[in-house]
Amino acid sequence: MIISTLAFYLFASILVLSALMVITARNPVHSVLFLILAFFNTAGLFVLLGAEFIAMILVIVYVGAVAVLFLFVVMMLDISFSDLRKGAMQYVPIGLLLGGVLLAELFALYSAWQFAPQVEMNRAAPIVEGVSNTESLGALLYTEYVFAFQIAGLILLVSMIGAIVLSLRTRGGVRKQKVADQFSRTVEDSMEIKKVNSGSGA
Amino acid sequence: MEIGLNHYLMLGGLIFTIGVFGIFLNRKNVIIILMSIELMLLAVNINFVTFSSFMGDMAGQVFAMFILTVAAAEAAIGLAILVVFFRSKGSIAVEDISGMKG
Repeated sequence: MIISTLAFYLFASILVLSALMVITARNPVHSVLFLILAFFNTAGLFVLLGAEFIAMILVIVYVGAVAVLFLFVVMMLDISFSDLRKGAMQYVPIGLLLGGVLLAELFALYSAWQFAPQVEMNRAAPIVEGVSNTESLGALLYTEYVFAFQIAGLILLVSMIGAIVLSLRTRGGVRKQKVADQFSRTVEDSMEIKKVNSGSGA
Repeated sequence: MEIGLNHYLMLGGLIFTIGVFGIFLNRKNVIIILMSIELMLLAVNINFVTFSSFMGDMAGQVFAMFILTVAAAEAAIGLAILVVFFRSKGSIAVEDISGMKG
């Protein structure tokens, strides 16, 4: 019990600190690296909560795909980030005010939160003892939530096609094979036979 | 001290607030704004998984997975738009985005 308490405070403190570093770091590459650290610590918290599959998916999807995508874009775009910092402090007071109000409200709500006594009746899919987390998640995802699962796949397809369409560009001056054009050439298009009188030149 | 539901919920609220504040702090830099949005989605995921675990209800983890899907799609599209915008304008400052044409 003491181990899990210590682990919670370790993961939670590193998560909060790295989240703060994400928004305050001067260099965006450092921001992305701190984002990766935050994701890893959240995965640790999810393991503590008994959601192993979500924890592993978080590492694979967020760290493996999203954060690396951010890293690619930050390094690919050649931007002077110091210019983007100028005048940024102007909106900090109102941001602090809004954030403080939001945080106070959330804390007031969450600190007093407790379940109603009959909450057990409202469970949509109770966790069964003795069945592993991955197995119960799969059994639920492919039966009860199968349409939502299909829509999630459709969203990924749309985003993939959208990203390709947005970032595809055709450059001028590039020579490449056009197979259909090359095959559909005829002798008449490409060759001409001229009659040349002897002794007068072409 | 026992770690209960409230601890995890407050952690989620704190991460969400950091995400909101990050948008104000970096209001010129679209990349950091996108990262702040990722932080906010992460906070929502923490809340979902916490309730799922403490209620003994598996449905919360299913929805956390759907949020993960949407977050990945959103990051891909957002960064693609950012790359296209950088190619046409040569900058990623938020105030340059107000002109929609070309």
